[in-house]
Amino acid sequence: MPGKTRVPMPEQDPQVRRKNFLEVPLGYTPELAIEEASRCLNCKNPLCERGCPVNVKIRDFIGLVKEGKFLKAAQKVKETNSLPAVCGRVCPQEEQCEKECILGKRFEPIAIGRLERFVADYEQAQGVEQGEPAPRNGHKVAVVGAGPAGLTCASDLARMGYEVTIFEALHAPGGVLIYGIPEFRLPKEIVKQEVENLQKLGVELKLNVIVGRTVTLEDLAAEGYEAFFLGTGAGLPKFMGIPGENLNGVYSANEYLTRTNLMKAYEFPQADTPIKPGKRVAVVGGGNVAMDAVRSALRLGADEAYIVYRRSEAEMPARKEEVHHAKEEGVIFQLLTNPVRVIGDENGWVKGLECVRMELGEPDASGRRRPVEVKGSNFILDVDVVIMALGTSPNPLISQTTRGLEVNKWGCLVVNEETLQTTVPGVYAGGDAVTGAATVILAMGAGKTAANSIHEFIQAKHVKA
Amino acid sequence: MFKILRKKVLTPVTKLYEIEAPLVARRAEPGQFIILRLDEEGERIPLTIADFDRERGTVTIVVQEVGKTTIELGLMNAGDHIQDFVGPLGVPAELPESGTVVCVGGGVGVAPVYPKVKAMHEKGIKVISIIGARSADLLILEDEMRAISDELYVCTDDGTQGHKGFVSDVLKNLIEDKVEMDEVIAVGPLPMMRACVEVTRPHGIKTWVSLNPIMVDGTGMCGACRVTVGGETKFCCVDGPMFDGYAVDFAEAIRRGRMYADEEKLAMERCHTCGGDK
Repeated sequence: MPGKTRVPMPEQDPQVRRKNFLEVPLGYTPELAIEEASRCLNCKNPLCERGCPVNVKIRDFIGLVKEGKFLKAAQKVKETNSLPAVCGRVCPQEEQCEKECILGKRFEPIAIGRLERFVADYEQAQGVEQGEPAPRNGHKVAVVGAGPAGLTCASDLARMGYEVTIFEALHAPGGVLIYGIPEFRLPKEIVKQEVENLQKLGVELKLNVIVGRTVTLEDLAAEGYEAFFLGTGAGLPKFMGIPGENLNGVYSANEYLTRTNLMKAYEFPQADTPIKPGKRVAVVGGGNVAMDAVRSALRLGADEAYIVYRRSEAEMPARKEEVHHAKEEGVIFQLLTNPVRVIGDENGWVKGLECVRMELGEPDASGRRRPVEVKGSNFILDVDVVIMALGTSPNPLISQTTRGLEVNKWGCLVVNEETLQTTVPGVYAGGDAVTGAATVILAMGAGKTAANSIHEFIQAKHVKA
Repeated sequence: MFKILRKKVLTPVTKLYEIEAPLVARRAEPGQFIILRLDEEGERIPLTIADFDRERGTVTIVVQEVGKTTIELGLMNAGDHIQDFVGPLGVPAELPESGTVVCVGGGVGVAPVYPKVKAMHEKGIKVISIIGARSADLLILEDEMRAISDELYVCTDDGTQGHKGFVSDVLKNLIEDKVEMDEVIAVGPLPMMRACVEVTRPHGIKTWVSLNPIMVDGTGMCGACRVTVGGETKFCCVDGPMFDGYAVDFAEAIRRGRMYADEEKLAMERCHTCGGDK
């Protein structure tokens, strides 16, 4: 009879961690991992695997953990997932694999994410060789963007023998894993290791190259690249369009997080990039990015940090664990609350956020109940920094500068849903550039699909020729 | 790493650098900018491209020392390397095909005006240039601008060189003297660009300005560089840097530009190479 509840993962104490940037969950020990893995029913028809966007062989890897064969378990995960240490930490497992777990019907589902993280970390700590790179097949593929979609696509193509070059606009690889997701949720060292593993596979990485500005796809085609994957990711941050959004002290979550993570503003003035962290901070939004921003604000020294979200907790798109962690750390949730204007002082600095209470009405197109304003319920939240975490529209640079590349009315690249080919033959795309703001794992799933399509595309081309 | 091939001291606080960056040089157009980062702890700062040479594979930038990063850059010499140098960014300037254009450069703003004047000069467009600075020792690129301008007016706030007064005063005089002009391009400090816009507005002369707000990534991701133009929020890094001067909310741009004034002061005080002592 399996245990009803999952084995807890040790964590930093909330009162300590709200003031530091170190990782919050500390990870399973081998004993805890075996104990948790032993709860698995070893289903004949493992439904959990259907819930995984990259088809990790979940039952088999958990079986290996149960037997203490941790390295073999890690290899099993990596057959289909090139970034397991990342996914174990940031995937919304409760919406995916763990949601399908049979145990979950009556008890708590198996902690698949925690086990995935454990085997990946275990393998990394052992310093396991990556094995020989696959023999080169002589075909060059360009991947644009070193985020989760691009890294996955590059990894799969390199394993098939392609000569892959990743072009990254920023000065460091990782995309959202490095500029967006904070250290306390995903240590940068892990991203660095994953990228190094990729380079050992023979993938070449070119930083500070903006495809669409520094070079175009046409330039790269002339250099012999036969196919392209565009994983250009999130773009312009969305704002609400309310008065006062350009006051000093209003940030997009992208900016607040980029200053903190990529540019290490929490070390200012040792690092050169400054930030106005805020003493009383309101973050508008209910997704993972909002949770990352509000928890970063605490760690940057805020006395009070609020989430302002117009629906109720049930509709929040953030991972449950993030909401739970934020609450433990003292974040104040202003739910069913919507900002109507940002209030500034005489010098143009934020001094408050006027909000209105909401109630839930009929379900809207997304199936979630639509929030409706409660007339006359306006009140002012006393804050000095406001962070808008409302999502992004895709980066416009590449669609602006590539002929034939179509975007929809939201600026997302138009692709064939099966192959992920864009409106330009040989050019594939995936991740936030196609879907708008979504998750790391969906971006990785798209990177995988595109890698297979690119393989078929190049093979077909050479059969014809 | 990007190598500094040439350094020229233009004034005690203004340095010109020619940087080896062949990919950037190949695509650079007048009006665009680059982002650089000096070292691992460095901040990303945007600088407008002052010139480029596709054959040599170089991009020229002109830097005025106003804070820690620019002072540290000012200490670097030919042969030194800059960690990161990325571009070209922003929308190239829409330069006219014919007519007469007045180009106004204030202070270090003369540098970003230069490639625009050069491109128009090469196309045979008549360019009247007005350049100015606080005083003679801060005036830059006078000979270079003279060589490519049909007419050049020089002024200084204190009268130590050329006309005594602001570049906007000279522009006003030209308009009052009925000098024909189809467009004005003004680049420099925000108050200077605003003054130029106020001079041309009553006459309805199309006036472009080039904004240089605070940026982080510079590639359309963070939104730090938002400016209000014609009542709409624009992202300077992907929508700009050149905008219709009549539509720009200069007061907001000036306020946003001062957002980190306290931090800039602190960084300077702690920076020994910048003369700080903490």
